Amino acid sequence: MTATIAKRLLAAIPVLFGLSVVVFGMIALIPGDPATAILGSYATPENVARLNAALGLDKSLPQQYLAWMSGVVTGDFGRSYALNRPIIDIVLERFSATLLLAGASLLLATLFGLLAGIVSAVRQFGLADKAITLVVLIGISVPSFWLGLLLILFFAVKIRLFPASGMVAIYGGGGPLDILHHLVLPAITLALVATGVIARLTRTAMLEVLRQDYIRTARAKGLTERRVIYRHAFMAALVSVIPVIGIQAGFVLGGAVYVETVFQWPGIGAMLVDAISQRDILLVQGGVLVVAASYVLFNLLADVCQTLLDPRLK
Amino acid sequence: MTGAAAATQSAAPSQQRQRRERPSTLALILNNRLAAVGLGILAVVVLAALAAPILPLADPDATDPANRLAPLFSAGHLLGTDALGRDMLSRLIWGTRVSLLVGFSASLIAAFFGSAIGLVAGYAGGRADQVLMRLIDLMMAFPYILLALAIVAILGPGLINALYAIAIVNVPFFARNIRGITVGLARREFVDAARLSGKGPLRILWSDIMPNVLPTIVITLSTTVGWMILETAGLSFLGLGAQPPQADLGSMLGDGRKVMFTAPTISLVPGLMIFLIVVSINLIGDGIRDALDPRLRSGALARPSFRTRMAKDRRRPQEEPIPADTSGGGHPGADRAGWNNEDHRDEAPILAVRDLRTDFHMGSEIYHATGGVDLVIRPGECLGLVGESGSGKSVTAMSIMGLVPSPPGVIAGGRIGFKGEDLAEASDRRIRQLRGGAVSHVFQDPLATLHPLFCVGDQIVEAIRAHQPLSRRDAETKARELLDLVRIPNAAQRMKALPHELSGGLRQRVSIAMALANDPELIIADEPTTALDVTVQAEVLRLLDELRRERNTAVLFITHDFGVVSEIADRVAVMYAGRIVETGRTEEILTQPAHPYTRMLIDCVPVMGEPERRLDAVPGRPPAVNRLPPGCAFADRCPRVEADCRTGEIPLEDKRGSLQARCLHPLSPGEALSGGATSKGSQGGKPHRPEPRYPGAHAQGTSP
Repeated sequence: MTATIAKRLLAAIPVLFGLSVVVFGMIALIPGDPATAILGSYATPENVARLNAALGLDKSLPQQYLAWMSGVVTGDFGRSYALNRPIIDIVLERFSATLLLAGASLLLATLFGLLAGIVSAVRQFGLADKAITLVVLIGISVPSFWLGLLLILFFAVKIRLFPASGMVAIYGGGGPLDILHHLVLPAITLALVATGVIARLTRTAMLEVLRQDYIRTARAKGLTERRVIYRHAFMAALVSVIPVIGIQAGFVLGGAVYVETVFQWPGIGAMLVDAISQRDILLVQGGVLVVAASYVLFNLLADVCQTLLDPRLK
Repeated sequence: MTGAAAATQSAAPSQQRQRRERPSTLALILNNRLAAVGLGILAVVVLAALAAPILPLADPDATDPANRLAPLFSAGHLLGTDALGRDMLSRLIWGTRVSLLVGFSASLIAAFFGSAIGLVAGYAGGRADQVLMRLIDLMMAFPYILLALAIVAILGPGLINALYAIAIVNVPFFARNIRGITVGLARREFVDAARLSGKGPLRILWSDIMPNVLPTIVITLSTTVGWMILETAGLSFLGLGAQPPQADLGSMLGDGRKVMFTAPTISLVPGLMIFLIVVSINLIGDGIRDALDPRLRSGALARPSFRTRMAKDRRRPQEEPIPADTSGGGHPGADRAGWNNEDHRDEAPILAVRDLRTDFHMGSEIYHATGGVDLVIRPGECLGLVGESGSGKSVTAMSIMGLVPSPPGVIAGGRIGFKGEDLAEASDRRIRQLRGGAVSHVFQDPLATLHPLFCVGDQIVEAIRAHQPLSRRDAETKARELLDLVRIPNAAQRMKALPHELSGGLRQRVSIAMALANDPELIIADEPTTALDVTVQAEVLRLLDELRRERNTAVLFITHDFGVVSEIADRVAVMYAGRIVETGRTEEILTQPAHPYTRMLIDCVPVMGEPERRLDAVPGRPPAVNRLPPGCAFADRCPRVEADCRTGEIPLEDKRGSLQARCLHPLSPGEALSGGATSKGSQGGKPHRPEPRYPGAHAQGTSP
């Protein structure tokens, strides 16, 4: 088993390398002079020259990449010119908030997506199935930035159950319960699309599995229907749903951009939007690299889970 | 859609056919209706957006500070005004125009470049394919929206740049899907032919491959265009897309957010429009996918329920059938040399099926898979149920414990007497109690019938504990004993093996061990040896025969193979087109059958030294069981057919010896068919068993 995991880890290395090349390439791809683009058109020539030297833009591309990469590996992503802070500090601070939000959403989406998919498949063509299918269709069609506004207007403004924005209360906030209180609305908003996608695929996978001969065997053994569905059918269906959950991790990490903006959640998505508006390319670069790398690791995790569950995949 | 469904319904339902069953027409209509609703909504929105310049709308950019934040339905401003006093209705329609234009443009760009990459990679193969697909994989290694943000970061904010960003991040979806299809097509004969005729690769791609990948492009487009509209709006919402004074739905929503608490409708209305557009496109997309790719149709996979559905108005015969043995006046025991000498005929039957009718409802058609079947099995007896595929033998066997998949199966009538109890009337609870307990099953393909993810030991333990109040440890001990009993070497180690780690023969032994777990009184074995190779088949057959004799277990043995029947069955029932056409003692049926169909089946048994003859060597095909002709269903294939065979109901009647047959012109003892096929082993009137199929197959048949 450890050998399998090690093999998957090794396979992730070229992907991570590819990611780093693409992210590094962002600077080179900027039309015009990168230093001017980063510093803005009002930058003094001295600053432009200094940045050019710092970025090593006078060297060859492979040399630039090596210099940049050795910085990244040691945690030196450079400095944000807009915020005048080390990028690694900002990114880590922001990313932990995003991870909390995205993690909570993915958890919600997985739980409710699987549950809805199972119920939908078991009650195929029944009322529950139709209702879930409709909700799922709405869920995957609704713009999350709009849904977030609706939830704020109802839950924060009208019935005042949850706060409208931020991660902690401004006065006397900060405890885990306070954070949880702030987390509810953004996590639900972010989870909706992923829930719908997972529910759809779980339904299909369950229906596929329920027609298999081994389900008939399980029934012929005299097992309860509950055991047939939740053990025999669900375990088999889960094998094909897990990679989808891995992919949804990407949609949740990306979709966090909207939700963080709507709820002013201090995550990396909102940071990226600000950084892009301020042309703080180095900060964008660092943020994108960290999020993309974490997505690769998420998928790796899904891969390993799938292998653990289905030994035939070894 | 109904046309396609009807086209596939022309053949008789068999086990394979049951798997591909259709959803109710209601669900299909609902699906289509939803797509129609989506199309309607989108048409209205698109028309309004197209007609924006000629509609009597206010100037969307004309500010009117005196009239700012007018509410909904105020005079002159149906949807009110925004923070600068601009007319919301006008802005909404003009914004929709921009959003649709950007979204559709992005989709077309993505579809064009993605498909081109997919076509080239799939057709060229080799190095080009490798490089292109690695690049596509790399793009997909990024979270979708993050990649779009990175592209906007490079190009700078702006509507056109947002359009490019969304188009680029959607390229991989097209490239992957199209490549998959193209790879398959590039190896097809018609592409080879085009190549040999001297066409260049570009022309082949365009004229031969493109038409075949177009449906895939359309499906991918229909499922992604909604996303692309949503994401471009999203970028504008973030302030990275449309820049003022230009406005699309996303940027309107973003602007409106600033006055969200005082005038919520300003942001909610554009959001609602985005939602309507996306939901309608998704509805249409589902409809297109269903229509173009029926395999993916959301309802195509029907889920079989716990138990076969019982028709409410089913016929309920009260009496149990009269066993063939006693009425036929055969010579019990004496003529079964080498077989179980025990005579079953005086004991009360363990299974007595009467007038069993199982239907399959496929769309508007009803197939009578079994049309009134009578069966009797006594304790310790083995009844062989024989017939071609599609004859209804498996359906008969699976109906007993309600294991015919429903939908589409429905038990339309009959009594399923198990030790005097009618299982057709039994509660689900009672059925579950009997399944795997008093009545167990062995199925055909042990790789498909064992759960692929659980080790075989656990699967046996589960079967034991479903019926016996044993601790896990005790159940494990018992499971190990069962594996020993079915002669699996190293039982203790094999407990932890997964089904795919065992050979076919071992897997079937595991199935048998599982079937024996709770000392059943009846084993229903549905072609248990068919998927195995011949030597393994003989071993498994011998094992099953031995075990049932040791334990005096009754067996209903379903097979299409008379060679197998001759080795295990005491009595045989032959099925054709959903009915039993002949039944009697194995000896008599094998040597001097009365029904011509039985004769033909027996003549198909391969004999050593002769070229292999197979069951499908019976000329012709069975009739479709939804439209059975009057009279004998076999008439069209029968060499002895006469005019009276095609009228009226032909009953299953006593013929000679123990035989009952559903035939007006039965064969006399030893008579061969005039159709040219000669019978073997029946000349000279001296009945003897056909040559054993496997050397030594009978050697252990009499133990103990």
